[in-house]
Amino acid sequence: MQPFDGLITLIVFLPVAGAAVIAVAGREQMLVRRIALGAMILNLILATYAWLSYSANGPIIEQLGQYGSNPWIPGVNASYLLTIDGLSMPLVFLTALLGVVAVLGSWHVKERVREYHVWLLMLLTGVQGVFVAGDLLLFFLFWEVELVPMYFLIAMWGTGHREYSAMKFVLYTLFGSAFMLVGVLALRFAIGSFDMGAMTLAGQEGTLRAAFLSMDVIFLMFLAAFAIKLPVWPLHTWLPDAHTDAPTAVSVLLAGVLLKMGGYGLIRINVGMFPSEMEQWAPLLVIFSVVSILYGAAVVFRQTDLKRLVAYSSVSHMGLVLLGVASLGAVSVTGAALQMFAHGTITGLLFLVVGIIYENAHTRHIPDLGGLFSRMPVVGAVFVFAGLASLGLPLLSGFAAELMVFLGSFDAYPWQTAFAVLGIVLTAGYILWTVERVLLGPLKERWNSVKDASPADFVAMALLVLPIIIVGVYPALVADVFRDAVTLLVGGG
Amino acid sequence: MPTPIDAASLGIDFGHLAPEIILTLAAITVVLVDLVARDKRVLAWLSALGVAMAGGAAVWLWTSDASGTSYSGIVITDLFGTMFKLIVLGGTLLAILFSPAYVERRLSRFHGEYYGLLLLATVGMMLLVSMGELISIVLALEIQTFALVALIALLKDAKSTESALKFLLLSAVATAVMLYGMAILFGLTGTTFIADMPGVVAERVAEGGLANNLALILAAVLLIVGFGFKISSVPFQMWVPPVYEGAPTPIVGYFSVVSKAAGFAVLMRVFIVVLEQAGLDLLDWPLLIGVLAIASMTIGNVVAIIQTNIKRLLAYSTIAQAGYILIGVAVMGNGGANVYELATSGVIFYLAAYTFSNLAAFGALIALSRPNSNDSIEELTGGYSRSPLAAIVLTVALISLVGLPPTGLFVGKIYLFYGAVQGDLWWLALAGALNSFVSAYYYLRPVRRLWQSGGPADVASDTARSFSLRASMVVSLIGVIILGIVPFWLISRATEASASFTP
Repeated sequence: MQPFDGLITLIVFLPVAGAAVIAVAGREQMLVRRIALGAMILNLILATYAWLSYSANGPIIEQLGQYGSNPWIPGVNASYLLTIDGLSMPLVFLTALLGVVAVLGSWHVKERVREYHVWLLMLLTGVQGVFVAGDLLLFFLFWEVELVPMYFLIAMWGTGHREYSAMKFVLYTLFGSAFMLVGVLALRFAIGSFDMGAMTLAGQEGTLRAAFLSMDVIFLMFLAAFAIKLPVWPLHTWLPDAHTDAPTAVSVLLAGVLLKMGGYGLIRINVGMFPSEMEQWAPLLVIFSVVSILYGAAVVFRQTDLKRLVAYSSVSHMGLVLLGVASLGAVSVTGAALQMFAHGTITGLLFLVVGIIYENAHTRHIPDLGGLFSRMPVVGAVFVFAGLASLGLPLLSGFAAELMVFLGSFDAYPWQTAFAVLGIVLTAGYILWTVERVLLGPLKERWNSVKDASPADFVAMALLVLPIIIVGVYPALVADVFRDAVTLLVGGG
Repeated sequence: MPTPIDAASLGIDFGHLAPEIILTLAAITVVLVDLVARDKRVLAWLSALGVAMAGGAAVWLWTSDASGTSYSGIVITDLFGTMFKLIVLGGTLLAILFSPAYVERRLSRFHGEYYGLLLLATVGMMLLVSMGELISIVLALEIQTFALVALIALLKDAKSTESALKFLLLSAVATAVMLYGMAILFGLTGTTFIADMPGVVAERVAEGGLANNLALILAAVLLIVGFGFKISSVPFQMWVPPVYEGAPTPIVGYFSVVSKAAGFAVLMRVFIVVLEQAGLDLLDWPLLIGVLAIASMTIGNVVAIIQTNIKRLLAYSTIAQAGYILIGVAVMGNGGANVYELATSGVIFYLAAYTFSNLAAFGALIALSRPNSNDSIEELTGGYSRSPLAAIVLTVALISLVGLPPTGLFVGKIYLFYGAVQGDLWWLALAGALNSFVSAYYYLRPVRRLWQSGGPADVASDTARSFSLRASMVVSLIGVIILGIVPFWLISRATEASASFTP
């Protein structure tokens, strides 16, 4: 299949176009939902089309004229350049998929439906943009676009300390991006344009040098932004708050794709453009990743809020991404990328299920729950399924990803990897314990009237269950695509 | 050397002062029509028409690429000045458009005075950006100061009168200090004409008098104090919060952008041109300006966090914004011609985007305020249900002030910081970016209130229905977003303007 002109542009801006239509015409709730759903389904179709054309023809590039001929800011040489390569493709698809899931998962939102969907769609445009930007300033722009929608979605439609959590999310990200901006500008002067491809090329050749800042400093500036986003211990504290207080669909997107922006940036920029600095700092990063994995998993045991529990498990699982990236082998980095994809679907599904339980039971307090299986068999089954996927059951996508990360990193860091594997044991422990406390045991009387999943919930869950099984059975489907890009950055094959 | 004044070389050119002349006539017309008009609303439209005509004249100056000096060198006409006149006129037009509803409600006895003084203040600012001679600069400065003092006092309540007096006294002090600096400059160079100064200064410096050098530093520092007051930079910012709190809201919006733009123009014109040539070794003035920039940004942003009054919040915000712009000024002195031009156009673009953003914010505040408003942030609660347009406009304006995409000040910040990195002042870019991070905290709080449900469920205030107010809000909103998405047109113009200004 041939990519057509404007395919990537359409993928990126279709959500925001949908938002504009909703803002103008969305007087009725049902209409708003249908427009949003239509836009995201179309987006998913386009992303699938892009994937097919990627597997037939390789990376897709899109720009306005020759690069640099139509500068966005004259004199600065920032231009409109979008690319989809092996690293972006699965993430673009994941974003489109979770976009559909998020709209379906928002079916129960009753307040200010119109504004909610406008922000939700704008958020998706920002995330898609980060994954496809081929110009570093454009990358930075999309990186920041996502903040305001996220702030509103958490602060307006969230629960608990939502204002505090929303602000914390914004401030953490902005703190990181302040450093990133200086790094972006420094790299611009190192090669004379914002072309990320050219930067990666120069970085791989070892000729990327900035005039006034050492490459180590620039490396750390990017690292700060991405480590906050990923998040890496000890910069993770915004995550449990934001997750706990965000509405269901936003938690799904936050875990599913927003955290991936951090991992994507690490691979694309820190690994791609700073190979020697990365090598130098990798041992330290591995230690941080092991701490993230173990700390995240250990803290899960103390959580009584179901969402907070899943949030901390995210910290642990994203630690695996950092471990894979920092090990710098073709297998381990591909594994890290695959872990991003797998975690996006698995944890997305977990948050979705938790959201459905909360929607029906109106509490996420684990000690209050119990025995829900008999009342919500479908939700319960999916919860168990997602839990098993999360703990790395073979033939589900999490297993393949974790296996690749561990195999890849064991060569380089055997001891650290051995410690990290302990995290898997802890994961198995807390997943099973949580399933027991929430779903099994005697049904408490107050849950007698709890309902099972609605049709919209059912479709949303199915959309996430399928890729977990497919990628689990045949991981090469996604892993091979990632590997195309990863081998260009870290060598090997 | 000073041009000898004789009839032949007077060089009177009405064309070069056409915008100012048109606006002065408009001001007189407004005051006269006020005497006979029954329906005072016509005054607003008359003033808007005058500003639009002056704007037309400025556009004509731009397109005819008018340049050179006239009135024996007192008036400099270049694209740089014309660009600033257009910014000043644009800001004035928006301010006039959002005034009628407020004037009707709070200043119903002073229609003629209000618009007449507003136009006269604008005349002062336009003269300020095109004056090439020190004494004339002080005169232009005084024209706008006195008009502003009267405008600030127009509410005639305790707060308004107090802030007018504060503004008057502190203005006088600042002007005195500036005059002292100018006097030293005159003593050193024997001329009051800016165009002649760089040559003389360079000559004296080359002759090598250290004493001269020291005096020049003193003059430079005194001028920084004087102009620092005009642009509300730390540590000359103490007048800002009380004046913002006490003055009529449209006037605050007006001088927060227009007066700042004019202040920056004259600062760049006098200060940079002279110092650029001086080759001072004793005073690393880009560093000095850089330190002022960081102090302004940091103090403005940090103190803004604890404000509960939205006008005071915007006062500290404007101090912080002056700091961002000062980054551009510092960069101007820290590199070759290339960086110089880049930084100048960065300052111009930022000021244009700031004009739209800040005026959008003030327009929306007027639309959202209630008759007996105390301007607290709490009062904004439920703003969306009272006036959806105003809530959207204020949201976008504040997002722009944080510097988040897709808005004009996002591009403006990138552009300024880009210049800073190129001019070897990357730490200023980092300080600016970190300050944006701090500012998100206080800019987003009022936004959150707006979209919250609840709040007093009274009907939309009459001001929100005013056609001209809505028009000015929509125009500024479009301006903020256009500059954020397709900035290249204005940036190319700003680059042309700064090219005309390069000494």
